[in-house]
Amino acid sequence: MTMQETSGIGAPLDLAPAQPAAAQPTATALPAKPARRLPVQKDWPLWVIVTVQIAILVSFIALWQVAADYGWIDGFFWSKPSAIYATLIKFFTEGDAWVDIGFTFRSTISGFLLGTTIGSLLGLSFWWSRNYAAIVQPYLICFESLPKLALAPLVILVFGMGLASKVAIATALTLVVSTLTTYAGVKALDPDGEKLFYSLGASRWQVFRKLVVPFCLPWVISVLRVNIGLALTGAIVGEFIASQHGLGRAILYAGETYDIALVWVAVLVLSTLAIVMYGAVSWLERILRKGIRQ
Amino acid sequence: MAPVAKLRLDQVSMTFKTPAGTFRALAPVTLSITQGRFVSLIGPSGCGKSTIFNIAAGLLQPSGGRVFIDGAEATGTIGRVGYMLQKDLLLPWRKVLDNVVLGMEIQGLPLRRARERALPLLRRYGLAGFEYLYPNALSGGMRQRAALLRTLLFDTDVILLDEPFGALDAQTKLQMQEWLLALWADFNKTVVFVTHDVEEAIYLSDEVHVMASRPGRVIETIAVPIPRPRQRHVTLLPEFITIKERCLELLALDHNAAADEAA
Ligand SMILES: Nc1ncnc2c1ncn2[C@@H]1O[C@H](COP(=O)(O)OP(=O)(O)OP(=O)(O)O)[C@@H](O)[C@H]1O
Ligand SMILES: [Mg+2]
Repeated sequence: MTMQETSGIGAPLDLAPAQPAAAQPTATALPAKPARRLPVQKDWPLWVIVTVQIAILVSFIALWQVAADYGWIDGFFWSKPSAIYATLIKFFTEGDAWVDIGFTFRSTISGFLLGTTIGSLLGLSFWWSRNYAAIVQPYLICFESLPKLALAPLVILVFGMGLASKVAIATALTLVVSTLTTYAGVKALDPDGEKLFYSLGASRWQVFRKLVVPFCLPWVISVLRVNIGLALTGAIVGEFIASQHGLGRAILYAGETYDIALVWVAVLVLSTLAIVMYGAVSWLERILRKGIRQ
Repeated sequence: MAPVAKLRLDQVSMTFKTPAGTFRALAPVTLSITQGRFVSLIGPSGCGKSTIFNIAAGLLQPSGGRVFIDGAEATGTIGRVGYMLQKDLLLPWRKVLDNVVLGMEIQGLPLRRARERALPLLRRYGLAGFEYLYPNALSGGMRQRAALLRTLLFDTDVILLDEPFGALDAQTKLQMQEWLLALWADFNKTVVFVTHDVEEAIYLSDEVHVMASRPGRVIETIAVPIPRPRQRHVTLLPEFITIKERCLELLALDHNAAADEAA
């Protein structure tokens, strides 16, 4: 009511009648449209979906077996399901399956934890000083664009053939991602939020603990799933280059000795490990998200 | 003269450096606000109302002039006045109760004690049943209540409210005005209130300061001598209408001046 009285003086006067006048003719000039219904897609029940999925998998494996048996494909290069199954059993009963799994698992998890933790802390630390952030920023971007895997041989030289070098590569891969993502969170912080805290007489440390950290937590969490994949990649590449143990080394060794069935077995085990870790991290992410209710 | 002002801005001015040069947001502004009063600032958008608040709250160092609280200089000191910013800024990861106790918590009161103090007030002032909800489950009016209680529970004599009801619908706004007046009467605070709504400013206040922009300055201070408690229909009284007309005239005047300047 009050605003109308004041705005009567200015430009809005000539705008007001123009709008309805423009809207009217288009509304009446349109031809009558045929009645069109919202397209509806019917969802199949879950058991149908799962059955089809299993059927596809089984027929693929069967086809592979038959093709190798009848010589449609070269069984030496492609191996075949029955041989792979036999090798799998042997790998677990006679081979060092558990040693390899344990080695890859440990280097992945250690690299993941180290990289994510240090990276997140580093990202958060940029909140404390704009100058410090400005100085470090270009180095960070350099480090990000660096093909870190290309430096893996160097890392192996420095850290040796053991677990440490794999952890180092996995850490290097995850750290940058965590740092940059967390820093994105810091940059997204609303300056008015900080104003509110300071108006209540807060210290910088209080602002950091009660505002910055909880605010950035969703960013920290959002990289967990990416990071577990990266950490695994780092660990495997480390094992490819030089290692005594690990699934990566098992794959490389099997390939070099033309034990194609063993290559498939190791890849299968590796995928299973990856899925398990991914599932665990997704679960962790859900728990954490629920914890902070964003 | 009158007793020492609760909050006093003495020749406070503000110049911002922008890429386009310097921008005079506030010409020297002098404001003196007496203990226990309800005072409003009205003015066109961009005339420096929020800037005045930021300076009074110590969040912005003025280019010139000084701020006094209870007669003691308080320029650039934080935590001396309660300040509700233009947004409610409730922390989405904290329940309503824990949002409301933020000020006390920052002042070092143990969380449990702070909650004990806040809980009865939350219930008394219309947030019963919402204590343990997260802010995103609240309506706009409820969010504003929570943000206002957070400001009030932060134990300061002066509170600055920057357009607290700006985004509310007319109906809710009226309810919130009554609610705020009740709170003000109970808590005995000195309130400085910014709004774009002239009627709201007059209805709530003892005193209305009308501002103009480019540079931001106070052009007139109008007393509202209508006794309290005020009924809603005071808005129809001749003296109310006279004040309102005067305010609108001043705001329109500034509008013309700015337009001339631009031409
Ligand atoms: N940090 C800053 N740098 C440059 N200019 C600024 C800065 N802060 C505010 N201003 C300018 O100062 C003027 C006053 O801003 P202020 O936010 O105090 O206005 P306001 O009266 O609160 O307006 P509104 O009613 O829209 O909230 C505006 O023109 C704004 O663009
Ligand atoms: Mg403002």
